[in-house]
Amino acid sequence: MITNEKTDPTLAHDPQSAPTGLSRRGLLGLAAGVGAAGLAVGAGAGSIAGVAAGRQKAGDAAASVFPYFGAHQAGITTPVQDHLHFAAFDMMARTNRDDLVELLQDWTYAAARMSQGLDVSATGSVGGSPEAPPDDTGEALGLAANGLTITIGFGPTLFETEDGTDRYGLAARRPASLQKLPPFLGDDLIPGLSGGDLFVQACADDPQVAVHAVRNLSRIAFGRAKLRWSQLGFGKTSKTTADQATPRNLFGFKDGTANILADDADALAAHVWVGAEDEPAWMAGGSYLVARKIAMRIETWDRLRLSEQERTFGRDKGEGAPLSGGKEQTAPDFHATGATGSPAIDARSHVRLAHPDLNDGNRILRRGYNYVDGNTALGTLDAGLFFLSYQRSPEQFVRLQKALATDLMAEYVTHVGSGVWAVPPGAAAGSYVGAGLFA
Amino acid sequence: MIRHRILAATAATGLAALALSGCVAKADVAPQGALTVTSTDTSCDVSTAKATSGTLSFDVTNSSSQVTEFYLLADDGLRIVGEVENIAPGAERSLTVVAQPGSYFTVCKPGMLGDGVGKAAFTVSGEAVAATGDDAEQKQKAEDLYGAFVKAQVEQLVPAVDTLVAAYESGDDAKAKELFPATRAFYERIEPVAESLGDLDPRIDYREVDAKAEGLDWTGFHRLEKDLWVPAQDALNSDGETPAWKDWAPSTPEERKSYGDQLIADVAQLNTYVHSDDFAAALKAQGIAGISNGSIALLDEVAKGKISGEEDWWSGTDLWDFTANVEGSKMAFSLVKDFADAKGDTGKKLVTEIQQGYDDLDAALAKHGSLTAGFVNYSALTEADKREFTDLINALAEPLSKLTSTILE
Repeated sequence: MITNEKTDPTLAHDPQSAPTGLSRRGLLGLAAGVGAAGLAVGAGAGSIAGVAAGRQKAGDAAASVFPYFGAHQAGITTPVQDHLHFAAFDMMARTNRDDLVELLQDWTYAAARMSQGLDVSATGSVGGSPEAPPDDTGEALGLAANGLTITIGFGPTLFETEDGTDRYGLAARRPASLQKLPPFLGDDLIPGLSGGDLFVQACADDPQVAVHAVRNLSRIAFGRAKLRWSQLGFGKTSKTTADQATPRNLFGFKDGTANILADDADALAAHVWVGAEDEPAWMAGGSYLVARKIAMRIETWDRLRLSEQERTFGRDKGEGAPLSGGKEQTAPDFHATGATGSPAIDARSHVRLAHPDLNDGNRILRRGYNYVDGNTALGTLDAGLFFLSYQRSPEQFVRLQKALATDLMAEYVTHVGSGVWAVPPGAAAGSYVGAGLFA
Repeated sequence: MIRHRILAATAATGLAALALSGCVAKADVAPQGALTVTSTDTSCDVSTAKATSGTLSFDVTNSSSQVTEFYLLADDGLRIVGEVENIAPGAERSLTVVAQPGSYFTVCKPGMLGDGVGKAAFTVSGEAVAATGDDAEQKQKAEDLYGAFVKAQVEQLVPAVDTLVAAYESGDDAKAKELFPATRAFYERIEPVAESLGDLDPRIDYREVDAKAEGLDWTGFHRLEKDLWVPAQDALNSDGETPAWKDWAPSTPEERKSYGDQLIADVAQLNTYVHSDDFAAALKAQGIAGISNGSIALLDEVAKGKISGEEDWWSGTDLWDFTANVEGSKMAFSLVKDFADAKGDTGKKLVTEIQQGYDDLDAALAKHGSLTAGFVNYSALTEADKREFTDLINALAEPLSKLTSTILE
C-alpha cells in the first residue's frame, strides 16, 4: 500500500482526471478558449512540474503516499496517521444537482492531487497569474504528502432535509440505514457541532498538511458548500495495522486494542465494507462513518485513584492488559474473579460493555483522535476524544452505544457532537467520489 | 462606449448582445437627431425623455451661473452611463453614448456639488445594440467612468457633510444622527480611493482605537459618532477592553466646532484631489485592473470591519456602510465585466457567478432594510444573520478575486 512514488501515474495522465467543473472554479487558471481536454493536459504537465518545484523529499517517512483512486476510499483502513482535520459542510441555498456534482468532481481532483503531495492545481501556489490569488493557499509548499488521505461522504440531510425537501433529486437513492442517530443516554449535543450534508476527513502525519487540505477544499466549495463545523485532532487513539503501537487517549489508557486491522480481510468484509448484496448498490465498497465529539472531564478523571480508573476501563493502565490477567493482546476473561470473589473485570467496565463477545460479535473500525480546543470559559481543559468509526451499517454503532449506556466511563464524558455519513466507495481513476450516486 | 447596465431588466436581452462597444458601427444604428440639454441653476431640461437605442448625442448648454455637469445615470441612480463635466457658464459641450434599451435618469449638477438638479426619467426603447470598438478605447472609457463615479460620490459627500456638521455643531443631535449613516454612504462607496491618500482617511474615518494605536489626534466621522451616541458610563470601546469614558468626554460646543470644521476641510481636500490631475494620473496608471481590484477591495472592507460590527461601534449603522461598500464594488465590477465576458466561456461563467453573488448578497441585505428606508441597528442582527452574510461574501469574493487576472489575460 505504501509507496514513495511522487505521482500517481493514473492521475497525471488520465485526461478525465480534470473534470469540467474545475474550469468553472478556475482552478487550472483561466486560459480563455481552452476546453476540458486542454486543461487536463495542463494538469498532467503541472503534476510533474509541481513535484520538481515543491516536494523534493524522497525517501523519508514523511514522503508516504497512499493511492487516491481505488475500490475503497483511502483514510479508512490506511495506517492511522498522527493528525486529523475533520470538516462538516452544508450545501448552500440555491445550489442544484449540477453544483453538487461539480463540487464533488472539483474536490476529487484537488484531493487526488494533494494526496500525492501536489498543489491543488497545475498552477498551484506560485505558478499562476500574478494578478490572481493563487489556486493553492501555499502553506504545504515544501512539505511532502505525509501520508495525507482525504475521505468524503454524504450526510442524511444531503438526501432529504429534516423537513423532507429533496433538494438534489437523491431521496430515492438514500440508504435506508442512513438516519440521524437516535438520542443516547448522557448526550448533550450541540447542533453546531453535529450533522452536515457532507464531510471531509483529512488525515496526515503533519498537521499543516491536514489543515492545508481542509482549507483548500473549503475554499473550492465557497458558493456551493459552507463549513458547518470542523475539528482538529492529534494523537491518534486507534491503530489499524498490527505494527502500530496501540496509542493512548487523554485518560491515559491504551485504546482500540481490539480494533479491526487493515489486513483482516474477513473482518473488514463482515463489519466495515458495504457488501455487493447490501442496499443500495451504489454504496458497495463504501462504508458508514459515525463521528462523536466526546468531551472528557479531564480534571475530575485526573483526581480518580488508579484502581478506580482501571476498573472503569477494565484494563490496567501501564500495559493495557485486561484486569482478568495476561498482556495487552490477551483476550479478556469476563468470568474471572478477583480475591474477593467479585468479577476481575467489572460488569460495567468499558472493555466488557463494548466487547464483541457481549454484543453478538458486533465490531466497528475505530479511527478517532484526541482533541484539545484550548480551555472552557470555566478554566478547564476543553479536551476529549473525537471518536470516528467506520462500519458496514450505522446500526452497528447504535447497538454498541446503547450497550454502553451503563458504562462506568459515562461519568467522565459527555457526547457534545454527533454525525453520521454514507461513505461511498473509492473513485475509479478519471471518475469522482460519489459518481455512483448520480449514475 | 461601455454598456454597463447590470440589473435584471437588461439580463433579458442576453449577454451576447451586450458586447463591448466604443464607437458604434454607424451603419447598424438608426441615426437620431441630437438631443439638447439646458442646464440652469435649478433645472435640467432635456429635449425628450424617450429615445431609441443606439448612439445618442446630448448637446448640453450651460445656462446656469456656475460650472456644470450632465449625467446619464443607470436606473439605480448610482451608476454612471455617461457624463460630461466642466461646462463653463454659457458654454456648450456634447455627450455621446451608446444607449441600450432600458430606464435611465438624466441630471445636471451646477456647481459640481451635491446630487444635482432636474433629475428626470429617460427611457430608451428598441433593440439591444451590438457594437464594436477598439479595446484600448473601451478601457479608457471604463477608467473615465470610474473616475466620474468617484467624483460624483465626493461631490455629493461635500454638501452632505456640510449639512451633517451644521446639525452637529448646532447641537441638533437628532438630525445629525439621522444624517450620519446616509452621509457616510458616499464615502464608503469609494473607500479604497480615500484610503490610498496617506493621512486623509485616518483624519476622516479612523475609529478611536485606531487613532490611539497610531498616536494620532482622533477626528472625523467616528468622533462625531461618539458625541452623538453617547456611551453608557460602563461601556467599553470597540477593543472590548478600554472603558469608553477613559480619556474621552463629550465634546464641548467649541470642540464640536473644531471637529466639525476639520471634517468639512478634510472632505474638501478629498474633493480637490479627485478633481486633480494627480487622481486622473493615478487612475490611468492603474488602468482597468485598478477598477477591478477596487471592486475586490470594497468587499474586503465588508469582510474585515463591517461583518464584525466594529466600524460604527456607537451608532450601530454598519449596515449602511456595508451596503455602500457593496454598491461601490458592484459599480466597479459593472465597468469591467464586459472585458471578462469577452474572455470565452471561462470569462462568461465568472461574470455569471459574480453577478449571482451580488444578487444573493443584495437580497440578504434587503431583508434588513435599505439605504433609503434605513436599516436595522447592527445589534439587532443574530449570529445566524452574520453567518449568512459571511457565507455570501465568501461566495462572491472567491470568483471576484479572479476578475482582474481574467480581464488582463
